[in-house]
Amino acid sequence: MKTSKQIAFSRRSFLKTSTLASGGMLIGFNLFNACKQDVVPPIDISELNFNDFNAFIKISDEGKVTIFSPNPEIGQGVKTSMPMIIAEELDVPWENVFVQQGVLDTKNYQRQVAGGSQSIRLGWEPLRQTGATAKQMLVNAAATKWGIDASECTAKLGVITNAKGETLGYGDVVKEAAVLEVPEGVKLKDPKDFTIIGKNTSNVDLDNIVTGKPLYGLDYKEDGMLYASVLRAPAFGQVLESFDASAAKAMPGVIDVITIGEKAREYLEKDKSNWTLRINRNDKIVVIANSTWAAIKGKNAVKTVWNTESELEDTEFHDKALVNLLEGNKFNTLRSDGNVKKAFAEADKILERTYESPFLAHNCMEPMNFFANVTEEKVHLVGPIQTPAATATIVSDLLDRNIEDVHVEMTRMGGGFGRRLYGDFACEAAEISNAIQKPVKMVSTREDDMSTGVYRPPTKYRIAASIKDGKITGYQLKEACVNGNSWGQISDFFPAGAVENYQFDVANYKSNITTGAWRAPYTNFLASAEQSFFDELAEVMGVDRIQLHLDLLQKVKGTTDERIQYNPERLEGVIKLVVDKSNWGNTKEGVYQGFSVYYCHNTHVAEVADIIMDNGVPIVKRVTCAVDCGIVVNPLGALNQIKGGVIDGIGHAMYSELTFNNGIPQSNNFDSYQLIRMGQTPNVDVHFVESNESPTGLGEPTLPPVGAAVANAIYAATGKRLTKQPYMNNMNVKEKIIG
Amino acid sequence: MPTFNLKINNKTHAVEADMDTPLLWVLRDQINLVGTKYGCGIGQCGACTVHVDGVATRSCLLQISQAEGLNITTIEGLSENGNHPVQEAWKDIDVPQCGYCQSGQIMTASAFLKRNPSPSNSEIRNAMHGNICRCASYNSIEKAVKVASEKLT
Repeated sequence: MKTSKQIAFSRRSFLKTSTLASGGMLIGFNLFNACKQDVVPPIDISELNFNDFNAFIKISDEGKVTIFSPNPEIGQGVKTSMPMIIAEELDVPWENVFVQQGVLDTKNYQRQVAGGSQSIRLGWEPLRQTGATAKQMLVNAAATKWGIDASECTAKLGVITNAKGETLGYGDVVKEAAVLEVPEGVKLKDPKDFTIIGKNTSNVDLDNIVTGKPLYGLDYKEDGMLYASVLRAPAFGQVLESFDASAAKAMPGVIDVITIGEKAREYLEKDKSNWTLRINRNDKIVVIANSTWAAIKGKNAVKTVWNTESELEDTEFHDKALVNLLEGNKFNTLRSDGNVKKAFAEADKILERTYESPFLAHNCMEPMNFFANVTEEKVHLVGPIQTPAATATIVSDLLDRNIEDVHVEMTRMGGGFGRRLYGDFACEAAEISNAIQKPVKMVSTREDDMSTGVYRPPTKYRIAASIKDGKITGYQLKEACVNGNSWGQISDFFPAGAVENYQFDVANYKSNITTGAWRAPYTNFLASAEQSFFDELAEVMGVDRIQLHLDLLQKVKGTTDERIQYNPERLEGVIKLVVDKSNWGNTKEGVYQGFSVYYCHNTHVAEVADIIMDNGVPIVKRVTCAVDCGIVVNPLGALNQIKGGVIDGIGHAMYSELTFNNGIPQSNNFDSYQLIRMGQTPNVDVHFVESNESPTGLGEPTLPPVGAAVANAIYAATGKRLTKQPYMNNMNVKEKIIG
Repeated sequence: MPTFNLKINNKTHAVEADMDTPLLWVLRDQINLVGTKYGCGIGQCGACTVHVDGVATRSCLLQISQAEGLNITTIEGLSENGNHPVQEAWKDIDVPQCGYCQSGQIMTASAFLKRNPSPSNSEIRNAMHGNICRCASYNSIEKAVKVASEKLT
């Protein structure tokens, strides 16, 4: 099993120091790869070069610490939690720590990406090493000053003390420390001595957020900046034939109307696989204006003629295509254990069910936008992006510029959920600025954002289990999905390893509708399907659903199968914790419970949903959530992520969907696309498994299991098995939905 | 383009804009008050909420030609030092995740608590139902409104 393994990283020379011209010491370090031997940190803070290092710590001669946090902040809290890990090992009071976003991106940056709940898991060891190494250098400097051995000194809360009780602050020795050799093999703290990790720590941008300071891409401005609104084909499968912009050009504030797309098309002729550029790859009309409103109004005044280039698909069409796949034989097998066919042939009983999910939009509250200023000297890009390094590369190819000329600055992001992994909007901004040679901000309206998106693809699962002599002997899962499929390790999640004959097959329909990663890709619905299935399976077998899981996990303990991703003991741990904390099976009259357990993104989660029925409408009152994510770095931030994931999961399982008619998305704003609102929100009660294991991420893993917890609770209340999301559309009940 | 005199955060701004320009974009593009956020443009999400004569109002639906003579307060003018009881409560609870919708949430909550300083839980849930938080920080928002009401009374 892989979850308990340490992540290897190169520690040699991963850190360099220098004395700052402005006073103090600068520690540059490279999180995920050893930096080159010949690079030296800058001597002035204004010369920070993120091409050499990807993260920096500045310690001033007053002992104040500034940490330049390297990872993009999309609301998952890493801008707070990653510096906490450094500060812990550096041993400074958190009040003396200031955090700034590391702004510039680099080709050397191995993982300047927010996605997959991996920032904390991958950063844990290197960040601790960095903090501890810096601390040791300061101690060594103090020891030299006192003429004693470093082992006679201790350091705590920014103060170094010797055996005589004399003290030096970190700030007093930064000059000396900066020129010392970087020690190797420093000792890390015992987790029981942590004073920052594990303590509730507020979001470092809190003051700026609650006072409305400019933080986000949409807030970014430069002198002379223009605004651009982009008109893209209304239907997937259509291309621009012609347009008339005369009315738009006559409007006050409108400066010009241009088209873009040529560069992306040229590029795609060379490299068809570039997914980012394939998003909205056709010609687009761009209205350039001196304000956002003029750009939007101008866009609405452009008259267009669109041609159909490929199939204009609709939801009915997708449903048929996916059902055909499930019933056909064009599968790829991701994992196959034993002989499923034989197990099914010899079964006493077989349960087979099909589960269905719709397209979903990301709907980040901050619509896609990006600033670009393309000049002869450089390509300056500023905005909310989860993948700054990859985007810089694509833009350099697109505009035929050296990668060194492309500078990307990350802003805080008004949500990501996977949408900001794709840099199509940054490419558009770059292409627009390149065309007009002026600083410009591309701004999507909500309608643009929702109707020309990169959607969570609809998926159907057909799951079957064979039962013989009261035992599950076979388990077969077939996945039919639009554009993408589960891949790699997903087929090694539970119940892989727990059933002797197991098969995970996938099949695909290629659509012209763009799809991509959406919070907890694939598992966001796979968990709902499988955990709904297990609830019914337990019933069909006449066994307790909790016990069924515990029995299955028993078989996985001590497995020698290296592919198995989850840890059966840890899954058992969260199951037992959630049963205990949810009062499982002992609810008040009129309250119905549903259980679900899942492992994904390296984190083990079990959930119980409590619902009541109000005139036939299910109301989720409470979700009890048990989480094993190893050491909890910042409990306050962790709770936000966990509760947000659970409620987001409920919202999308119960209410949200995007349908298509003739290639056109049938929702384009929040009056026709429902997101969960406060009145539909349960109280989420969170419990952590106490652990000294390395921390794992929390941005995604609490979302996937909750759909099944809700569906199973609705079954307990109504006797109706819900297999198609969004559930509320399949319950024949009316609820006032839009706020 | 016509000029409008707007009273925002107790200061008067003379703004040249098209009659139908939503207050939202005037605030953001022309007066540099970007704390008021764009989320949907049709009054469905609440990210652009400001106070108009003390009442929570969607600035994306208020045309500039209708805004003259009104007393407009944005998140930047809610308090001198970011210490309005609602802002303090938001900090106590550490509400924001991505944070984008939170100025709208705070403006809705502060106008609501002015009218109803000691609300019940269901009154809080009703009052905040019009503001979407895509990160789903709803549990924390609910708690923070409660904490703010305690600070106010």
